[in-house]
Amino acid sequence: MPLLEARPTPSARMRLLAPLIAIGLTLAVGSLLFLSLGKNPVEAFGVFFIQPLSSGNGWSELMVKAGPLILIAQGLAIGFRARIYNIGAEGQLIMGALAGGGVAIAFDGVDAWWVLPLMVIAGAIGGALWGAIPALLRTRFNAQETLTTLMLAYVATFALSYMVNGPWRDPEGMNFPQSIMFGDPALFAPWFEGMRVNAAILIAAVASLAFWIFTSRSFLAYQLTVGGLAPAAARYAGFSANRTVWVSLVLSGLTAGLAGVGEVAGPVGQLNLNISPGYGFAAIIVAYLGRLNAIGIVLAGLLMALLYLGGEAAQVALQLPAAITGLFQGMLLFFLLGADVFVDYRLKPRPRPAYA
Amino acid sequence: MSTPPPPFSGPPEGTPRLELAGITKRYPSVVANDGVHLKVGPGEIHAVLGENGAGKSTLMKIIYGAVQADAGQIQWNGREVVIANPSEARRLGIGMVFQHFSLFETLTVVENIALALDEPFDLKGLAARVKEVSTRYGLPLDPDRLVYSLSVGERQRVEIVRCLLQEPQLLILDEPTSVLTPQAVQKLFETLRRLASEGVSILYISHKLHEIQSLCHSATVMRGGKVTGTATPSRETPASLARMMIGRELPVCEVPAFTGEATPVLSVRGLSHTPDDPFGTALKDIALEVRRGEILGIAGISGNGQAELLAALSGETTGPADTVVLAGTPVGHLDAGRRRKRGLTFVPEERLGRGAVPPMSLADNATLSAHGHGLVKKGFLRPKAAWEFAKACIERFDVRCGGPGAAARSLSGGNLQKFIVGREIMQQPIAMVVAQPTWGVDVGAAAFLRQTLIDLSRSGVAILVISEELEELFEICDRIAVLAEGRLSEAVPKQQTNAEKIGMQMSGLFSAADTREPAHAAA
Repeated sequence: MPLLEARPTPSARMRLLAPLIAIGLTLAVGSLLFLSLGKNPVEAFGVFFIQPLSSGNGWSELMVKAGPLILIAQGLAIGFRARIYNIGAEGQLIMGALAGGGVAIAFDGVDAWWVLPLMVIAGAIGGALWGAIPALLRTRFNAQETLTTLMLAYVATFALSYMVNGPWRDPEGMNFPQSIMFGDPALFAPWFEGMRVNAAILIAAVASLAFWIFTSRSFLAYQLTVGGLAPAAARYAGFSANRTVWVSLVLSGLTAGLAGVGEVAGPVGQLNLNISPGYGFAAIIVAYLGRLNAIGIVLAGLLMALLYLGGEAAQVALQLPAAITGLFQGMLLFFLLGADVFVDYRLKPRPRPAYA
Repeated sequence: MSTPPPPFSGPPEGTPRLELAGITKRYPSVVANDGVHLKVGPGEIHAVLGENGAGKSTLMKIIYGAVQADAGQIQWNGREVVIANPSEARRLGIGMVFQHFSLFETLTVVENIALALDEPFDLKGLAARVKEVSTRYGLPLDPDRLVYSLSVGERQRVEIVRCLLQEPQLLILDEPTSVLTPQAVQKLFETLRRLASEGVSILYISHKLHEIQSLCHSATVMRGGKVTGTATPSRETPASLARMMIGRELPVCEVPAFTGEATPVLSVRGLSHTPDDPFGTALKDIALEVRRGEILGIAGISGNGQAELLAALSGETTGPADTVVLAGTPVGHLDAGRRRKRGLTFVPEERLGRGAVPPMSLADNATLSAHGHGLVKKGFLRPKAAWEFAKACIERFDVRCGGPGAAARSLSGGNLQKFIVGREIMQQPIAMVVAQPTWGVDVGAAAFLRQTLIDLSRSGVAILVISEELEELFEICDRIAVLAEGRLSEAVPKQQTNAEKIGMQMSGLFSAADTREPAHAAA
């Protein structure tokens, strides 16, 4: 006996409420978690959500973390609307970082204004190409992008590992798997002394604006959405299914690649094995939490960045394990997907039993 | 066709099989059933008549336990019952053939039937029974075929056979004959009459008045969720029944002669196509020609190449350039969007999901196919233009809905069809292909749609209509061809043929199909 029945029309109110319900449930279960660990939940949430924002540097860090999350999520959301599930943005981020980092290494010592823009372009192309491979596999061999993008993310990890252990290893790096530190011409200059926030955040800001216009106004985004909602209607209208796949995967690869460059030319400053704390995967949550809407994604990206910062603070102040960040991210997605069911369904009133 | 129904001795002294009292069902925006009373005796064939949205389907779903009434009583064989779900309804002996089918596409026919049986089964034995029952009732079915590859018509056969296997005491049929040949309709009626004579009660929902007259003992007429009257159909005329149903005279189509020059617009030559789907029907050397100012009708039962021919015409599948020629230009290799740009518009059989995107507003759905008409500029949407387009379409084609912002899926079948037909007409086509123009559409809307198509053709547009409703084709078409087994017969002016001949042609070709069936099943 199913407990749910379909609503006559999807609930617009529930669509907006779902993220709030998910956040509320995450906090509630988080409280239980803190209690069971012997921590005071109020204090723990203070450490988690308030303390990171109590200093200028905290806000700077929030921007540093939110930038790549938002940028990647904007690209992913385009594909998700079209039901093209790129879950390998992490790999595209790494390939973007490798391409951009490669430029920095090749032109090390060249003091010219064009080094950084060239890195950005190379990173965008690197990420886009890594997204194009699953697009080719899908359109040519009908290989599911859900699998191929994830597999290629692992390939990218090993490519990075190979490069920083081999050809691009810093000769004076005491055999650590890392490249040389990039010179100033290859870095986004910090805006404030002692803080890491830099112009890379502008890329995310401009991209958010562009994606907002793109998704709400462009015919191409409309075609992608139709392809996701009703593939037969897209065929009927003469919209190309292959173009949907290509645009979705190349665009999301491109934004992930840009995010990769932002990391190596920003907070990281070199190529090493820790250029991303899983931004490419966390951005999937950001995209859905933001309702695949460009503005929603900005808000969701900020929240997710705060979870990263809170997780770090909790490690220091409360001696909690690093897994706490992933745990909160996971709970948030879990409750969001659960709450999302109620956009299209509602609880069914229990009928009286028959006495036939 | 109009054999009078066998004498019916009225509900016997005994209790009625089913009696509804004061059934009310409210939805957030509409009262679907408002204090409905209905009584069906054993062995009675009872028609439920009403336009779309009159509440017939909701009432039937309440009887079948798929929907719960907010108020009212249901008496089954004299005892009050609450039917909480369909499996309980089936246990009571109620079977239902839905208008919108509830089949699992990835399962075979026999697996689908097994799922609904509520009892242990062995698939092999069941398959044999399916084959036997389906043949007995003139509804041939291959039990091992996957449902996704079946046409609408074939899916309905599965639903009917599935009910018959359960030997119900009450059988509910929602528009069951739309997809049958005239001969098969007669065969189904024989079946239903036999079932009735065995004591099975039948609730028969249809908008085909002559069918109700020839089949049903009694009728309950509904309008706007309420019962507006009961009648003995054999004592009424189609006009009087229609008046009870829609509250006014039955509209009749006017078919003026076309005075312009009847030059060919859309021609197909040597079109052969083997679909990717192993269960699809291959098209064999199709040739046809539609001229300015005429409507060419293609009769036949779904599954005989209709889907494939439509896709080849619309551009959803492409082929050699010169197999399809539009106004002298080969377009066989162009996709649907490019053909539309050249003046070919298309109304598909599936309204939701193909002709319209269900959750999108009508304004957004206007952009789906009419984007070339000022709704998109330099790659950007023009929401205001789309809104105006949808609004104009709603007004001109009398689409009853909540305005251009209403989601496509919130419209009734008839109103959505009016919107889609209107949207395609407003693109000022030179040729238009329409599939099943009035499938599941109420009398008033159907008459409106037919007249719209006639008027459009007389304005110089070439129209091709594929329909399973022969009567409709005879009403609106100038020439009629039959598509069976992937082959298209020569089009004949409708004055030179009749339903019997066309039906023979359809079923004549079908018997050839049946001989092919065993090899097919063994493959």
